[in-house]
Amino acid sequence: MLEVKDLVVKYGMIEAIKGISFHVNEGEIVTLIGANGAGKTTTLQTISGLLKPASGEVLLEGKSLTKINANKIVSLGLAQVPEGRRVFAQQTVLENLKLGAYSRNDKEEIEKDLENVFELFPRLKERESQLAGTLSGGEQQMLAMGRALMARPKIMLMDEPSMGLSPLLVKEIFRIIENINKQGTTVLLVEQNAKMALSIANRAYVIETGKITLEGTGAELAASEEVRKAYLGG
Amino acid sequence: MAFLSYLFSGLSLGSVYAIIALGYSMVYGIAKMLNFAHGDVIMIGAYISYFVMASFGLPVYVAVIAAIAVCVILGVTIERFAYKPLRQAPSLAVLITAIGVSYFLQNGAQLLWSSSAKMYPSVFGNGQLHLFDGQLSISYLTIITILVCIFVMVCLSLFINRTKTGSAMRACSEDKGAATLMGINVNRIISITFAIGSGLAAIAAVLFCAQYPAVSPTLGSMPGIKAFTAAVFGGIGSIPGAFLGGLALGIIETLTKAYISTQLSDAIVFAVLIVVLLIKPTGLLGKKIREKV
Repeated sequence: MLEVKDLVVKYGMIEAIKGISFHVNEGEIVTLIGANGAGKTTTLQTISGLLKPASGEVLLEGKSLTKINANKIVSLGLAQVPEGRRVFAQQTVLENLKLGAYSRNDKEEIEKDLENVFELFPRLKERESQLAGTLSGGEQQMLAMGRALMARPKIMLMDEPSMGLSPLLVKEIFRIIENINKQGTTVLLVEQNAKMALSIANRAYVIETGKITLEGTGAELAASEEVRKAYLGG
Repeated sequence: MAFLSYLFSGLSLGSVYAIIALGYSMVYGIAKMLNFAHGDVIMIGAYISYFVMASFGLPVYVAVIAAIAVCVILGVTIERFAYKPLRQAPSLAVLITAIGVSYFLQNGAQLLWSSSAKMYPSVFGNGQLHLFDGQLSISYLTIITILVCIFVMVCLSLFINRTKTGSAMRACSEDKGAATLMGINVNRIISITFAIGSGLAAIAAVLFCAQYPAVSPTLGSMPGIKAFTAAVFGGIGSIPGAFLGGLALGIIETLTKAYISTQLSDAIVFAVLIVVLLIKPTGLLGKKIREKV
């Protein structure tokens, strides 16, 4: 469904991504794990068009995204839950969710998806008319995920959904990610919390200073000596 | 009664400042730039409405529509050719460009229409409303100006708070990257913002010239700088702030002229601005930027 080919991304003179390739099949949860500064967020931002690659290509269902304006990509079926949630703090929960469906015009279907999001996140329903900035970190994460779902994406990119959350909430968030996936959305997950990410992923890639160094199924990588040492704390 | 009468003329002047300030504030809120050419868009609007009325003898509503149309096109064009190429540039470069555009418009107008002032036709007549057995007289112009300002403010608030495009504008003002991820075309939203601001400038132009009927190429600079002050005073980026700041400035200016000194009125207006900013640097209704990680 999503294919990244020899992607190179530069910030000025510095190569942040040094030619990475990977793919995500339909229905999968795939995770990119790696340390801080390895290039995970850069990779996601390039896929969703916020950054332009120096070379290489991103294909969504065989269609190249590299030449398409960032704001057009979401209507092709790719939504991103950005790092740090980035909800619109000055707008209500409901307004945030409706902005998620900005590129759609099918009113009735949007209503259905709204119901679905409220079913997945009952907390958001309770806080519907509250300003997003007044939500707790966990609720904001739920809002960011719900907002992305409102685009009815075929594939959802999630950037560090567990960041800054309590262990209990992290479990909750990962359970919801699995649910979203079961409902038919393909997931590309970027995480520092390698243990949790590998436990729900079908396949995984390890990214180190802009290169992919390992790949395999979630279980394989969780069992691998290198990964255990570097990312799972022995 | 004299005080009430001054208050009404202050409100009327303040209404004009408020409408101009809305343009400054919206553009700042979304494009994060100070559009110093905004005052000169007013000047263009004044000339267009002048020609429609004085040269073609058409009624005032045609003049307003023509001025709005020309100013909207002008505002969007300025944004497209002068500011859009600088989207990634440091804000100082954008600021200098805006000042450049301002001089360009002023000198262009001088070239086209000469620097001598033209007498603006009397728009709303000299009729007055007499209250309290004739003790208090308010001109129709004053009433119309205040009503137009309230109407503009209500429409704009509904647009910003209730429509999808309004929501997208607020999203862009908070986080352009996240807005892009929602599928919002940020460049289009910025164009719409300039269009609205410039349209408001045209309305302000007609109301301003109806009060001060001399049209010259530098007509826009003084109301422009005062409305900018009003926007900062109310909290730049905030729409109710621009409204409140405009009205406050108009009232302060008029009362100062009436009770203290005509010559010192501008000095006192700006002194009040300095004091407000010393006490509350974000302006009356300005938002504190809160960062939460």
